[in-house]
Amino acid sequence: MTLLASAANEPEPFHPPSLADFFPQVFLFAEPTIPWFEDDSPIFGINRIMLVRFIAAIALILIFVLGTRKMRLIPTRGQSLIEMGLGFVRDGIAYDLLGEKDGKRFLPLLTTIFFMVLAMNLTGVIPFLNIAGTSVIGVPLVLAIVSYLAFIYAGVKKHPGAFFRNSLAPAGVPWFLYIIVTPLEFISTFLLRPITLTLRLMMNLLVGHLMLVLFFAATHFFLFSLGGGFIALGAGTLVFGFAFTVFELLVCVLQAYVFAILTAVYIQLALAEEH
Amino acid sequence: MLTTALRMAEEGEQPNPLLPAFYDILWSSVIFVVLLLIFWKVVLPRVQALLDERAAAIEGGIKKAEEAQAEAAAALESYNTQLAEARAEASSIKEKARADAAKIEADLKARATEDAERITAQAQQRIEQERQAAFSSLKSEVGTLALDLSEKVVGESMDDSRSAAIVDRFLADLEREGVSR
Repeated sequence: MTLLASAANEPEPFHPPSLADFFPQVFLFAEPTIPWFEDDSPIFGINRIMLVRFIAAIALILIFVLGTRKMRLIPTRGQSLIEMGLGFVRDGIAYDLLGEKDGKRFLPLLTTIFFMVLAMNLTGVIPFLNIAGTSVIGVPLVLAIVSYLAFIYAGVKKHPGAFFRNSLAPAGVPWFLYIIVTPLEFISTFLLRPITLTLRLMMNLLVGHLMLVLFFAATHFFLFSLGGGFIALGAGTLVFGFAFTVFELLVCVLQAYVFAILTAVYIQLALAEEH
Repeated sequence: MLTTALRMAEEGEQPNPLLPAFYDILWSSVIFVVLLLIFWKVVLPRVQALLDERAAAIEGGIKKAEEAQAEAAAALESYNTQLAEARAEASSIKEKARADAAKIEADLKARATEDAERITAQAQQRIEQERQAAFSSLKSEVGTLALDLSEKVVGESMDDSRSAAIVDRFLADLEREGVSR
């Protein structure tokens, strides 16, 4: 009440975007909690971002399950679109990098990664959702771990007993260089890959959200709190906000593609490792 | 029972975005597993079935077209063979007809020549006979006429032996004259 009253009387202060935006209040299943973990972290807690993720996931399920229900040899317009999306991952990522045989094995994984990342990225520019499901570390981290496990599984299955030796001590290197090469290989392959996958996706979307909030909060502030000569400035930030929204769309697709293709590349490298 | 974020916000701290909340990981994993199962067990098999069906349809179409083409080629081949056979037959028939015609013509010509020769020979024979007959009758008649005439001129009859001799001589003269002339 006091907030409303103050807003009516004096100019609303500028609300800068903050990292707290990514940790909204848990409004459902706040109990039970884990007493020893992160100050009583709720086990099944659902906040706004979890809800946005559920909406994205449900949209994906509806689109793909309903869209592939009655498929025809000669596709309708909607079916063509779905086939194009799935075909992009199949031909452009899986078969292109892994070949048809291995590509088919890892296709469900790559398809899931691509579309899950894409859908949860896009929620960042969809009105009323307005936050990317991937801008909070959970999804990027889980998917990076999945990708990590996938390429280790692929390597170990293809070259049982030799995968780790091949990865850590590549053939054709003088023995004394292994002192340097092996730690470097370990760090780059087994530490940096999952970390970069996680951070690249999360930071892109997180920063994108902060930028959008900055532009639109500034617009709101210039237009409604300051007014006068600042309206021109507000128009400028609004245009920038629009432009950045378009840019964010590009980033959404690009980051989904990058995540899926890097996973495919890691699997390919693991499969192709020399004996 | 406050969330980390709320507590931090109240204290004026910024939450660390790199530290995942437990529910964040949990729900992310749940969503991933559900999506993976749906793509793996529902969506992709459907699409694969469709692609297989489509490939089969296309291959079937290609095969059908190839079959039709092969049939057409075979038909063309057989028509060509038949045509060639018919042509060969026609030309052989023509050849035979030409040979037959030549033979018939030769036969006819030979027969005509023969006939002509025969007719000529008969005619000559008959002419010869006529001539002979005419000659002999003329011979006797001319003799008698001449004798009659000479009897009338001389006024006396001549005995037959003398007259015969005269006639013969006369005729011989006549003949000689005819020959020399």
